[in-house]
Amino acid sequence: MHQVASIDWKAIREDFPILREQAHGHPLIYFDSAATSQKPRAVLDALRNYYEHENANVHRGLHELSSRATEAYEKSRQRVASYLNAPNANEIVFTRGTTESINLVAQAWGAKFLRDGDVVLLTEMEHHSNLVPWQLLAERTGAHLRFVPVCDDGTLALDRLSSLLTPEVKLFAFTHVSNSLGTINPVRELCEKARAVGALTLVDAAQSAGHMPIDVRELDCDFLAFSGHKMCGPTGIGALYGRAEILDSMPPWHGGGEMIVSVTLEKSAFKKAPHRFEAGTPNIAGAIGLAAAIDYIERIGRSAIFEHDAQLAGYAIERLAELSAHPHDLTTFADQYGLAMRGGHHCNQPLMRRFGLPGTTRASFYFYNTKEEIDRMIEILHAAARFFS
Amino acid sequence: MTPELEELYQEVILDHSRRPRNFGDLPNAAVRVHGDNPACGDEIHLGVKFGTGGELQDIKFTGHGCAISQASASLMTAKLKGKSRAEAMEMLRAFHDLVTDEMAEAPKMLGDLGVMQGVRKFPQRVKCAMLAWRAVEQALQQSAGQATISTETEFVTS
Repeated sequence: MHQVASIDWKAIREDFPILREQAHGHPLIYFDSAATSQKPRAVLDALRNYYEHENANVHRGLHELSSRATEAYEKSRQRVASYLNAPNANEIVFTRGTTESINLVAQAWGAKFLRDGDVVLLTEMEHHSNLVPWQLLAERTGAHLRFVPVCDDGTLALDRLSSLLTPEVKLFAFTHVSNSLGTINPVRELCEKARAVGALTLVDAAQSAGHMPIDVRELDCDFLAFSGHKMCGPTGIGALYGRAEILDSMPPWHGGGEMIVSVTLEKSAFKKAPHRFEAGTPNIAGAIGLAAAIDYIERIGRSAIFEHDAQLAGYAIERLAELSAHPHDLTTFADQYGLAMRGGHHCNQPLMRRFGLPGTTRASFYFYNTKEEIDRMIEILHAAARFFS
Repeated sequence: MTPELEELYQEVILDHSRRPRNFGDLPNAAVRVHGDNPACGDEIHLGVKFGTGGELQDIKFTGHGCAISQASASLMTAKLKGKSRAEAMEMLRAFHDLVTDEMAEAPKMLGDLGVMQGVRKFPQRVKCAMLAWRAVEQALQQSAGQATISTETEFVTS
């Protein structure tokens, strides 16, 4: 791990071929990494190398290539486990991303363990991906949803926790970092309080996994979900961490090849976790690309990345004045100058309603962004403010 | 200022978005339609009163949204007042073509609605421009009562 000051952040930009692109004739300023991050050459090379030298199906071929593919795929699982400091690689299930990881828990765990009258506790700041799966589950099981309110300053109303965390709560699912507000929630404290009433915990780490150190043993959560594409990895790959004993107690959710021990026409016996939850040919290349992304991120260091991102955000907030333009107009305007931001509700419709906003324009930074880009953003925003006033 | 932005946000559009015409409640409306664009958070409440011949005697709106959706609603209400149902439907179709079809010429009947033509270069903004028109389409279909429409109708389940 490096000190933030000793890292040549400008040189890091050279690792990302796409940052040389132009948009509408202007140099691209990519401020939408909270939606998806850009990919360094190391990840692109890993994908190419896999398809050129290792591509075969995993866990079944008795030939050399299949061994290579299986080894690379399972090594990637170990890499994810070490990245999260999970005790065992068997506690890592590969999924398509955060959304699928949460749906896996809602369907496999929820179907078996949730009863009429049970409660799933969420927060008002959840992304739709950590809300809709629970709504569907509640409809199927008769369970209820409860929500920790969000204060005016964008933090969770922690003083309400003790009245919300009653013995009926079987699971507390919450985001680590809010994708709209940037709020960093006190995960360890929340997990501890949930455990005290016997509730399991699920952490949505979509916005944190590539931005700060994560240690599931220290956080002491039961599940943790994240996506590869928001942390320099390819799209279509992510993972679910789950405590081994909990994963092994859960029934399969998708049926098919890879997840069985034996099959007759009448019934099947299933493998243990994680393979029980990975029916069909998995996203082998994606898992390998994710491991390459983890290697890349760890070479820079997650603490350094966190510090760098925080410095950029602090600088931007300092320079931003109040603007009165609709997020949609602002985002369209900025795009014409090569500035890619996200405008809208950010899959946070209830949260937008909570703050009485039609939506927002979000500039989200990653370690390849610079202060100069923020200066340019401020210029563009001032021009927009003049135009729409 | 880029030419695309100048075409999208013409002075007439900015003027209508800052000072929307026919903005307010229509107390004796025959139909009230609540239009919702969940993708943008834009909302419109449209009231329509029909005359003895079935024409759109009065039409007003409230709500909030981006410059395009506000200007579109303002321009639309000004244009549709006094028009027959058939004329209104014809304008709806012509307006939709105007903001979606690269080749469409602005027909004469649309008059100053032609300023919305720049939207066609911004496919993500078509729903903003169409929100008020979708609401009026619903109003024409039901003639009385209340309704809610959404630009994402195809995705909404019961």
